[in-house]
Amino acid sequence: MKQSIQTYLNTNTKAAPLAVFRVLFGLLMVFSMLRFWHYGWIEKLYILPEFHFHYYGFSWINVPGQWTYLLFAIAGISALFVAMGFQYRISIISFFFSFSFIELMDKTTYLNHYYLVSCLAFMLIWLPAHTHFSVDAYRNPHLNKELIPRWSIDSLKLMISIVYIYAGAAKLNSDWMMEALPLSIWLRDKVDVPLIGTLLDEKWMHYLFSWGGAFYDLFIVFFLLWSRTRIFAFITVLLFHLLTKVLFPIGMFPYIMITATLLFFSESFHIKLLTTISRLCKINYSKFLNGFTYKAGRLFNNLPIYILAAFFVFQFLFPLRCHLYDGNLFWTEEAYRFSWRVMLMEKTGAADFKVVDSKTGRRFYVQNEDFLTAFQQKQMSTQPDFMIEYAHFLGKHFTSQGHENLQIFVESYASLNGRRSQIFFSPDIDLLSIKNDLKPRTYIQPLNAD
Amino acid sequence: MLKKVYFILLTVILIASCVETPGEGTSMLTDNFDRKEMLEFWAEEIILPAFSNYQDYLTSLSDQATVFYSDPSLNSLESFRSSWLEAYLAWQEVSMFEIGKAEEIGLRNFTNIYPADPELIFDNINSGNNFNLDLPSNFPAQGFPALDYLLFGSADTDLNIIDVINTPETMEYVVTLIDRLNTLTSEVQSDWELSFKDEFINNSGSSGTASTDKMVNDFLFYYEKFLRAAKVGMPAGVFSGNIETNLVEGKYSGVYSKQLLQRGFSSVQDFFNGVSFDGQATGNSLSQYLTDIHISNNTDFDFSESINVQWDVATESISDLQDNFQNQIIEDNNKMLTVYDELNKAVRILKVDMMQALNIQVDFVDADGD
Repeated sequence: MKQSIQTYLNTNTKAAPLAVFRVLFGLLMVFSMLRFWHYGWIEKLYILPEFHFHYYGFSWINVPGQWTYLLFAIAGISALFVAMGFQYRISIISFFFSFSFIELMDKTTYLNHYYLVSCLAFMLIWLPAHTHFSVDAYRNPHLNKELIPRWSIDSLKLMISIVYIYAGAAKLNSDWMMEALPLSIWLRDKVDVPLIGTLLDEKWMHYLFSWGGAFYDLFIVFFLLWSRTRIFAFITVLLFHLLTKVLFPIGMFPYIMITATLLFFSESFHIKLLTTISRLCKINYSKFLNGFTYKAGRLFNNLPIYILAAFFVFQFLFPLRCHLYDGNLFWTEEAYRFSWRVMLMEKTGAADFKVVDSKTGRRFYVQNEDFLTAFQQKQMSTQPDFMIEYAHFLGKHFTSQGHENLQIFVESYASLNGRRSQIFFSPDIDLLSIKNDLKPRTYIQPLNAD
Repeated sequence: MLKKVYFILLTVILIASCVETPGEGTSMLTDNFDRKEMLEFWAEEIILPAFSNYQDYLTSLSDQATVFYSDPSLNSLESFRSSWLEAYLAWQEVSMFEIGKAEEIGLRNFTNIYPADPELIFDNINSGNNFNLDLPSNFPAQGFPALDYLLFGSADTDLNIIDVINTPETMEYVVTLIDRLNTLTSEVQSDWELSFKDEFINNSGSSGTASTDKMVNDFLFYYEKFLRAAKVGMPAGVFSGNIETNLVEGKYSGVYSKQLLQRGFSSVQDFFNGVSFDGQATGNSLSQYLTDIHISNNTDFDFSESINVQWDVATESISDLQDNFQNQIIEDNNKMLTVYDELNKAVRILKVDMMQALNIQVDFVDADGD
């Protein structure tokens, strides 16, 4: 066993696939940062809101005002350097930290694919992605290697497999499989979509999409791994992600996944790709084909292997933490994030906060738009941790205005996947008396099944 | 693993075999509702007639002002006032349509921001025409609330009111305010007629920027902020903990606050239920849309029914109120709070259940999802 692990770790492979991934990932991230900037989202999502929702354990991360632009600039430039393979380690570290910092500033904007970007960037810190087809390798002959350890590419493939398979497994619930929900809600009014629009209000289409989506997520990796089905699998990848792009506003996600699945293609495919690109850009690609093998320095020898091994233990286990909680996961959203639960539910809510003076009984309601953006209100109204943090913010705000003996209650209703709305948060619990922690949220009213 | 694959393959085949027999047709349809037809009905049978009705009342308000100033008397003041009330009530029927040109110019802000600010009004009157009503700071110095103050509250008796408003400067200001309402409204109305109507109707898709989604959001916004909160909640102290008689709509005339609320509320209900402006016809509506979805998807609840049932309760509770909300609040604010609660219960069904059933995003946010 130990022997075969050692043999595996010593196996080498061409560096081209990893180099292609580095270039495309970097360019996508540059584009992603520019797009964010261009749409005015830096201002709208980060700078304008007077209050931000923090992740558990990261309440020390705050929006640095106008400096947020600098953060995006750093992330964008780092990503460009990553793509070029210029000062690679520093650039990828800088990208990882700046990007993750941005994501940690406000959980209103949480998206699974942002988390995926952070995970991939973290992995790239430890991978020799700059030893081939990079400025660093071009300038430094000692770094220029044609071969790298096989595990470096396999680990990225493993990451992608985890994303797909966990996302697929998450779809195996009765709403998704038996009721075609929430796709039914989302698709039925999309009759304007070209070609397939008229079919999108057919119930069988919703089932086809639901079952097809689950099947795709669960098995696409295996079809990509097997060379005989790979090309068909990749065509499926393209169709699937472009279709989701047409149907839903999911930003960069399709492109990230399409790029990542290229990793499954053979070395010769990637070498051909780099040869072609080199010819077009007048780069002397043959300079990178020197037959040398990357051998990490003493410090880097085994460290990446240990770190990535620990990383994968985390990746395997962390999404499963929802089993530590009772109650309907979609309803309570305990352990919902960071678990590759993608587009699984339609949830809407409304939450009115009541501020009470416990001595005099004087009470009033808060107008949420005084403090939160529309986007924040929307996220807050269906997620208990948001409500608690917001209530504590309100508590501070009204205390500073001279109010005393404060209690804050929330009257909230939510609707999950087309069910009738029902009371969400216990209306008689003072939110100031509870903390945002990881304990089971007993104050969420159980979801009545139907 | 193999078992799972087998199970999934089997069920996919089962589903596939269902696909082969789509003969029964309509029961498989889930959203065959014609949004475009609804938009057409909204524009042609509700919104445009409501605006032209409002415009007519504004014109006669102008006329009555002329009549009053040519012969100021208790009689002509009376007709002036009732003309003001009619126009104010007609306004309640268009206020929710803050879309297109109305949204662009911010019609509501220039028409009905209350309480009016008497000091500001007199500052403007005495400034020798040196004021700019386009400024947000002048919202409380114009529109119906400013006229409410001038016509009903600027002095203690009607004779004294005539004295106050019958000076050249005040007369000029009153006429300016009425002209302004006329101009702004005809701007909105002609935009609807010239171009926006087609744009509105043809933008019949289902994206966040489509007409249905925008109109429903505007409708909901009106209901929450301007009907539930401004007309009832704020004066009753729902958001401050203290009753605030100062915030009552039609504060100076006093006795019309209930009527104004009722007119606004019945317009909301008619719009939701697709009742044409003249009350003679019904057409595609949100209520129809919800019922359609309920039937074609075989869901457990018809939310249009829940909403109307709740609104009937709210209507009942409103009829318990006095005509003058200031008196109501001072004498028995609980009745006012009950009305707020009943109106608020419908917000939940509208904002949560209806929006999800129609797949419309509340306050469409232009950001990514995943």
